[in-house]
Amino acid sequence: MQVDSALLLQLAFGGIATGSIYALVALGFNVVFKSTDAINFAQGEWVMAGGMMAAWLHQQFAWPLLAIVPLAVACVALLGLASERLSVYPLSQPSPMAITLVTIGFAIATKAIIMLTLGKMPMSLPSFSGTQSIMIGGASVQPQALWIVGLLLATMAAVHVFFERTVIGKAMKAAAADREAAALVGINVARTVMWAFMIAAAAGAIAGIIITPMTLTSFSAGTVLGFKGFSAAMLGGLGSLPGALVGGLLLGLLEAFSAAFISSAYKDAVAFVVLLLVLFFRPAGLLGRAQVQKV
Amino acid sequence: MHSAIGPATYRGLAVLGVLLLVVPWVAPNAYILNLATLWLTNLLLVASLNLLMGYAGQISLAHGAFYGIGAYVSGVLGAKYGISPWIGLPVSLAVTGLVALVVGWPTLRLKGHYLAMATLGFNAIASVLFVELRDWTGGPNGLVNIPPYVLFGWKLDSDRVFFYFTLVVTFGCLVLLLNLLDSRAGRALRALSTAEIGAECMGIDVHWHKLLVFVVSAMFAALAGCLYAHHNAFVSPESFDFGVSVMLVVMVALGGTGHWWGAFFGALIYTALPELLRSVGDLEMLVFGVSLVLVLLFFPRGLGGALDWVLARFGRGRAEGGAR
Repeated sequence: MQVDSALLLQLAFGGIATGSIYALVALGFNVVFKSTDAINFAQGEWVMAGGMMAAWLHQQFAWPLLAIVPLAVACVALLGLASERLSVYPLSQPSPMAITLVTIGFAIATKAIIMLTLGKMPMSLPSFSGTQSIMIGGASVQPQALWIVGLLLATMAAVHVFFERTVIGKAMKAAAADREAAALVGINVARTVMWAFMIAAAAGAIAGIIITPMTLTSFSAGTVLGFKGFSAAMLGGLGSLPGALVGGLLLGLLEAFSAAFISSAYKDAVAFVVLLLVLFFRPAGLLGRAQVQKV
Repeated sequence: MHSAIGPATYRGLAVLGVLLLVVPWVAPNAYILNLATLWLTNLLLVASLNLLMGYAGQISLAHGAFYGIGAYVSGVLGAKYGISPWIGLPVSLAVTGLVALVVGWPTLRLKGHYLAMATLGFNAIASVLFVELRDWTGGPNGLVNIPPYVLFGWKLDSDRVFFYFTLVVTFGCLVLLLNLLDSRAGRALRALSTAEIGAECMGIDVHWHKLLVFVVSAMFAALAGCLYAHHNAFVSPESFDFGVSVMLVVMVALGGTGHWWGAFFGALIYTALPELLRSVGDLEMLVFGVSLVLVLLFFPRGLGGALDWVLARFGRGRAEGGAR
């Protein structure tokens, strides 16, 4: 294989586009993890639900994307809210393990509901602004890839502003830092958990919608994306928002380059070996901070 | 948190073992008998994962991978190199134990769900290797021609004989598990699952004990893998993927995390579920997801915990009746 700068650039663009999707999914994992210490197994299903919902709306009503995208995101956010209210909120002992197990239940249920209502056929969305590739430095870029990166950055910025500037966001940070102390100053901790699930679902839905024009989607697409997003979250540091960005992009690039230079069959294995090494040597992730526990 | 372990548990196990002896004679057909055998193999998987989740408070998302390593090591040795499954068995247990040690040693030092994360990545790597090491594993099409166990020149390949063989192995392992829980190490485990720091102050080496449980549980999974491979004569990668590992965690929770008899229910559901899914169809997945949430909401200690509750009520009713 001839290695030149155009090829490297092409691989980097591909890696960044996929990595941006992973970063958005990782963002969802991190928000829920920060709020509950639990691993949310439904995250990947919400990604799938977002893509399927948008594709279905497009197929049924042929509305402009500007109307479909926010509507689909809102629907999935409501799904996240309903899941939390119906299953996490009523838990008598909401330990991280109990919440994790409950999310497996609603991951299975979500997948089943989407399959029963929207069908088993793969669905697609048109690209947001055409499919005419743009040439940059000898490498071609799909306009959709630019949309993906742009929407990732916009979502990250919005979430950042939400946590830093709004009362609910600050309450969520406080509750994540210390539940008891937050409850003592009058913060409704259960409600912060509800918000976390809603934000996670919305972030997942955005990821699912913007990837659909490039890859198609179907009811079974969620598991793999959830799996990759979770790995990205761990790579960057669970619970860290910049960590989601770094972890996602790094995982995307690792996959793109190892598929090209090592073997496409082993690309998953290479990504996970790196993940294990990071866990062994920097268990809190690349950007995570180690937790000090006082007795 | 845990159901009590004592002489009554051994007696219960002995009674159940004797009752199960009649299964091959009352099972209406080979299909049901093979499901019963599969249930025993799954019991080994769920009970060993229950040991880790219930007593070390850790979730492993690679139990399916350890099951697979057990199956493939012994299976490949038998199918490709003609090595007796009796030699394949200890080799695959040793390999799996060693792998578990390498994965568990760094991650179990850390507080929190680091084992869950490391094992999740590990299962993904194992799945890739099962597919890509084609010369050994046969790739995505699976490994064929795995020889059966042979005892004194007598092939253990009939359904009835293999049921008894699995029954003996599984119940032998369950007795070993009970002995472990009843030993000094077992008491230490129970202490560290209730109060980790308290246990550490009492001089219990928390890291070592967690590692012990993790390695032992992985080796039991490998044993289940050997039984599965040499009975089925065929293994393929999807039997050991990440989804299998997640389902096993779910089965432990459904049965009751840390509940000794819970594993029996968990294994029963795990065995019956695919059969039900096949016959009833699409709606079943929704029913399963919703019932999982409902069980966790209303019986946080699983079906085993629900059984305790029923027995306690029934027992109290009897005691009151006697007093009257």
